[in-house]
Amino acid sequence: MSITLPSGTRSETFKAVHKYTEPTRRPIEPVGPLFLAHASRTLRGHTWSEFEKLEAEKNVTVVQENGDDDIGDEDQDEDLLAHDPREWKSADLYAVLGLSKLRYRANEDQIRRAHRKQVLKHHPDKKSASGGLEQDGFFKIIQKAFEIMLDSNKRQQYDSVDTNADVLPPPAKSKYDFFEAFGPVFESEARFSKKQPVPLLGDASATKEQVDEFYNFWGKFDSWKTFEFKDDDVPDDTANRDHKRYIERKNIAARKKFKQEDNKRVIDLVERAHLEDPRIKAFKDEAKKEKERKKWEREAGSRQAAEAAAAKKAAEEEAAKKAAEDAAASKQNSKKAKEAAKAAKKKNKRAVRGSVKDVDFFGDAAQSAGIEEDVDYLLEKFSDVQLGEVAAKVTGADAATVKQAFVDVAAELGVSSSLKYFK
Amino acid sequence: MSAVIGIAFGNTSSSLAVANQDGKVDVIANPDGDRSIPSVLSYVGEDEYHGAQAKAQLVRNPSNTITNFRDYVGKSFDELTHHETVGAKVIKTANGQPGFEIAREEGKKETVTVAEATKRHLKQIKLAAEDYIGKTIEGVVITVPTDFTAQQRIELTNISNDAGLKVLQLINEPSAALLAHLSNEPERLQEDKIYVVSDFGGVRSDAAVISVRGGILTILATAHEFGLGGDKLDQALADYFAKEFQKKYSTNAKSNARSISKLIAESIVVKKTLSNVQTSTCSIESLADGFDFHTTINRLRYELTARNVLSEMTAFVEKVVKKAGLETLDIDEVLLVGGSSNTPKLASNVSLIFPESTVVVAPSLSTKALDPAELICRGAALQASLIESFDEDEVKESLQPVVVNTQHLTNPIGIKDAEGNFQSILVAETAYPIKKSLEVTNGSESSVIIELYEGKRTVKETVIEAEQDEDDSDDDYSDEEPEVKKEVVYECGELLSELCLKDLKPNSKLEVIVNITQNGTLHVSGRELKQGAVAVKGEVTF
Repeated sequence: MSITLPSGTRSETFKAVHKYTEPTRRPIEPVGPLFLAHASRTLRGHTWSEFEKLEAEKNVTVVQENGDDDIGDEDQDEDLLAHDPREWKSADLYAVLGLSKLRYRANEDQIRRAHRKQVLKHHPDKKSASGGLEQDGFFKIIQKAFEIMLDSNKRQQYDSVDTNADVLPPPAKSKYDFFEAFGPVFESEARFSKKQPVPLLGDASATKEQVDEFYNFWGKFDSWKTFEFKDDDVPDDTANRDHKRYIERKNIAARKKFKQEDNKRVIDLVERAHLEDPRIKAFKDEAKKEKERKKWEREAGSRQAAEAAAAKKAAEEEAAKKAAEDAAASKQNSKKAKEAAKAAKKKNKRAVRGSVKDVDFFGDAAQSAGIEEDVDYLLEKFSDVQLGEVAAKVTGADAATVKQAFVDVAAELGVSSSLKYFK
Repeated sequence: MSAVIGIAFGNTSSSLAVANQDGKVDVIANPDGDRSIPSVLSYVGEDEYHGAQAKAQLVRNPSNTITNFRDYVGKSFDELTHHETVGAKVIKTANGQPGFEIAREEGKKETVTVAEATKRHLKQIKLAAEDYIGKTIEGVVITVPTDFTAQQRIELTNISNDAGLKVLQLINEPSAALLAHLSNEPERLQEDKIYVVSDFGGVRSDAAVISVRGGILTILATAHEFGLGGDKLDQALADYFAKEFQKKYSTNAKSNARSISKLIAESIVVKKTLSNVQTSTCSIESLADGFDFHTTINRLRYELTARNVLSEMTAFVEKVVKKAGLETLDIDEVLLVGGSSNTPKLASNVSLIFPESTVVVAPSLSTKALDPAELICRGAALQASLIESFDEDEVKESLQPVVVNTQHLTNPIGIKDAEGNFQSILVAETAYPIKKSLEVTNGSESSVIIELYEGKRTVKETVIEAEQDEDDSDDDYSDEEPEVKKEVVYECGELLSELCLKDLKPNSKLEVIVNITQNGTLHVSGRELKQGAVAVKGEVTF
């Protein structure tokens, strides 16, 4: 019952009449959720309406979070709807609940909401009411799926064999971008790791440490996958105990086998990725280059020594060669000089012989034979130098000078006595 | 589960609890399985005992058993006003602090200061909590009685930090208990009520009058009484048994300390049993002079035996109401806290001093009530989980006087309805800033006045048929006029303002909003609840 206000009118819409009694100041108890609200209002200086606005904003986000947008609205295909409930294990249980997008990522709240949604849609009462067939097969599968999904243990078992959620690696021969193709594969595989968080593939810019860490982790990948879901049903009648035990044994063996197969699959996957990883190749090339560079550096000392030795050797060779050349040159020179000297000597001899002829044997041709004899004799006795001197003196000179030159040289040689003309 | 816990550190016993984010609280039991852990430490040779195991040592090894040391925390020996503990005697240690002298192995003496004892006690509690949660404890909220001085609070914080428990906040025991009670049902926190929180512990009793206004708790008055508590009930019962024993065997059961301890220990068991059932047996082997003692006692006999103590407790509750300047009529609810509150007679006695409209919350009167011994630690755990998400600085800032000390309305503020009755919007003792609205209607009128009044307290007496006469001797005011039913009614007092709303369609919905800001300005506005309606506003000051 709401409160009715008294009637009446006033000329002015508001009139303050009196002040209210003075308040008392007391400490309030710093406990409880509303105290915290009070404290934040006081400290941040919010007025009530501002505070209410903030609170209202908070509430709105909460509502949005609770909406069903995250689940989506998906319909099951005909095959799934007609699935034999006795064969429920072979149905895609996430698709049954309409969670084929989220799959293992769905949280409990989402599963509950999705289940509710499906129940509303597929409940047998609803079906028969709308004149449909009296079929509760699919509803049974929904219930079964819900049961599995809510039991964390059973859900884990189902997730282990839920191949629909797996991302497959690209076919070996096709062309693909390594990171685009393998990133999602590892991301999807990571959910099975006992250890979380799992290092992800990353991209081309990853450092060597990151890449090493990634391959180290995946090399030792420890998965929680179990294969109970694939078990054959163990007959629960007590009639045939041996048969029951046989089935149980078979199941255990099968699980072991599946597990081994799965482990092998992961190992192969990691090996393949490692082989194809462009970063590994890049790192290897880099390492190779680095090694070469190191080697180069390491050998620098000996190389220098070798260079020095080679240089020395070259220098020595050079020097030797030069010496040889010099020797050869000098040899040749002396030969030439000799030849020149010979030629000069010949010339000089010729000039000396000619000189007496040029001055007409000093005027007495009778004596010419004697003079020539003397000249030949002197020429024989002459040293090279004297020959040059005499040749220079006699060439173009007058008879007296020529005669004097011969006389002088004969005196010099001390052979004047054996001469016939130049005594 | 979060790694912050609430600890109720009591003189007699302590308890601890953890709350998860959706407000569910688990009270944690120690490794012995006790949810109410006796605050007792006992030493035999090099072994340390804690909790119930230590308490059991009170019989054989009282001189090495430390108990009731909480109140000594942060006080020097000379400041102690009472030291009537059982167990080890309080001595003055070298630096003037109170302590205990304990015999350890090979005749060595160890002096355990109160701080050290507290530290060891808290360490044991930490172990229990970590054992339960499976994580290291990141922070605790510890409760203290309202008369704990600032010095004591600082000291306790330091000790707790030393023990490896980071104190997020120290809160008052009655507030914690009330918080636990209010949080038990979601809408309770929004109801404006005045509570009496009465905590009957082992060796002392505390009471507080707390007003809850818009979820904000304000303590209006507190009272403390040392020596009044569960131990007195035990004592009364032990005296009774001793008399019985004397009659049967002509032997004094209180002749030696061990007999007394045995008698007290059994009395505690009997007292607790009688809270739940009508009769209990009491059997003690070789109580004194080799005589075994075996007897039965019914609840009525026990209540008669403990009558004096129980009426003291009732009077104590009345005292605190008076201290707050209120009458029992003003109290909306009484919350009984502490182990002794399990006693049915105490609850019924307390409910008799209050009018029928007052609800007394105790396990014997309402099955929904939480265990009174756990209320305080539950409240502490709730508070811990509330402030867990805040930074240390934020919490510290929130405890500043500028936040904590607020103005409270002296008189209620409300409006007058068509019949001339006062309809309160803001009740007395409301802390502001606050904003509250009230939905009203204009009836068939086209123009109405919103008259803002201060309420005036009057006691309305209604004569009713004297068909039920259940008043007892404690209920003094209704003794004189047992047929009159009293209730507090507020009438319109001082007119504060008038606000006029015109041109209304019949029976349209109107809203009156009263908003008092930090600086004390009262904004009142009235508007029609429809799209585009313009509110009429005005201001009043004090």
